[in-house]
Amino acid sequence: MNFFNIINQLAEVDPDVMGRLDTRRSVFNSLTSMSKRAAMAAGPALLASFFTKAYAGTTAGDPKEVFNYALTLEYLEADFYNKMIASPYFSTASAAAQAAIRQISKHETAHVNLLKAVVTGIGGTPTPAVTFKSATFASLTSFAAQLQVAQLLEDTGVRAYKGRAGDLLGLADVTITGIGTINPLQSALQIHSVEARHAAHIRYMRNQTPWITGTGDLDSQPHYTGAIPESNTTQSNVNLIAANSITPNTTYSAADAAASFDEILTPAEVTDNSRAGGLIGA
Amino acid sequence: MSDNLQPRGSDDATFAQPLYTPIKRRSFFMYAGATAGASALVLAGCSKDSDPVKPNLPTGNSTTADGSISLGSGDVGVLNYAYALEQLEADFYSKVAALSNGASLLGATEFAYFQQVAKHEAIHRDFFKAALTRDAAGQVLRNLTPKYPAGTFDSKTTILATAKAFEDLGVAAYNGAGKLIKTPAYLVIAGQIVSVEARHAAYIRDLITPGSFAADDQVAAASGLDMAMTPKEVLNTAQNFITEKLSGDSIGVNA
Repeated sequence: MNFFNIINQLAEVDPDVMGRLDTRRSVFNSLTSMSKRAAMAAGPALLASFFTKAYAGTTAGDPKEVFNYALTLEYLEADFYNKMIASPYFSTASAAAQAAIRQISKHETAHVNLLKAVVTGIGGTPTPAVTFKSATFASLTSFAAQLQVAQLLEDTGVRAYKGRAGDLLGLADVTITGIGTINPLQSALQIHSVEARHAAHIRYMRNQTPWITGTGDLDSQPHYTGAIPESNTTQSNVNLIAANSITPNTTYSAADAAASFDEILTPAEVTDNSRAGGLIGA
Repeated sequence: MSDNLQPRGSDDATFAQPLYTPIKRRSFFMYAGATAGASALVLAGCSKDSDPVKPNLPTGNSTTADGSISLGSGDVGVLNYAYALEQLEADFYSKVAALSNGASLLGATEFAYFQQVAKHEAIHRDFFKAALTRDAAGQVLRNLTPKYPAGTFDSKTTILATAKAFEDLGVAAYNGAGKLIKTPAYLVIAGQIVSVEARHAAYIRDLITPGSFAADDQVAAASGLDMAMTPKEVLNTAQNFITEKLSGDSIGVNA
């Protein structure tokens, strides 16, 4: 599938590409298809600066930064589903599949609006909108290919939210026009579980287990790896699979233990080019 | 002993820092254990009669004046609350997974998935027991005795309806309890479990009504937010399925 080839290329950015593009504009106009790919690959190099800009004026662990981080991911998801619905392949999907994508899209747009209000409500400035990279989207030449990316986005979102929840402990309630009074941490958790429902349904649409067992067709992608991979079977120093470890006379399988807990991704991992970071662009 | 303990706030401020750069897994878990131990000590201290602030905070698994079993206070209360719900879910799915006619009742694929869910819930239950035994020895909620309406395990309809009720309730319970937790590491663990519960919930909902994984009756259309419920609201419902009378009045309350 093209998508993963492109992602691989994105991860192997030639550091000289940007310089060449800047100084040799005449060549830019007659790019071959290979050099077009190189130009695409140069995009993610800008991401680091984008994320730095997005969080300017905040410090790690600052709730405003956490919510802008969440908002960035929701922008990415919302734009992805908008592109999906506008895609010529959308009409090839079943009515049920279309309805599911529309429902998910509705939630992502609602999350964007809510998070913008939350950022403002806690005294911050909502980060500018981002979009799903058009060229990458164009490489997804079927509804099924788009669904693969949807699964990766949703499962990444689930991991991203739970990685930041600890930064939101103790925040005071915020009153938001049209929504009412909300607790910021609770709202983040309420979005988090919706992302998990989305992930489960998309996996189910793709004939995968709704939970992450490690045996799915995409489960070896970078979105499921990281410092704490989804295959982890030790939680809070408790070994879940050793014989008699948590239940007398019972040994749980690694697949069951891994599936029973989802894992976190750090911001650096989420925004890495191999994951969500590689999907943001013009 | 309780007289020598530091205030909670200073513990959290000092220990919380490593969590914000959680790439180093080992240090994360060391931190989790260390803070958990400290919390247990603090909480144990809080239950002492000499505590000048709130002398009446109950310990986990103690019996209250009206004969209820207390889930305890502070973070221990939240963990016992989760442990109670996981006990109920694990028991329910273990009974489903043991049905001799499960495959014909639910369908072969669905029955196989239910057996996986049964394992997940058993692991959640036993994880909480292990973590509580380590971090709050003496306050671990006892084994509960679940009860079900007659016929619960007789038909696909009643099994799915019960599963949906438990999963959606579990998601709402974790979503509502997160803000009651004081120890970041416990919040992360709760987050790791609730998303799996949400996956279960979405799957069960899809089995009942295809496409209802995050329907408007569960996820508010305007805000895109899933349900969140207080312990009191959750226990009101859960109590119908638990023989013992539980008290969650002090969940998350600290001295």
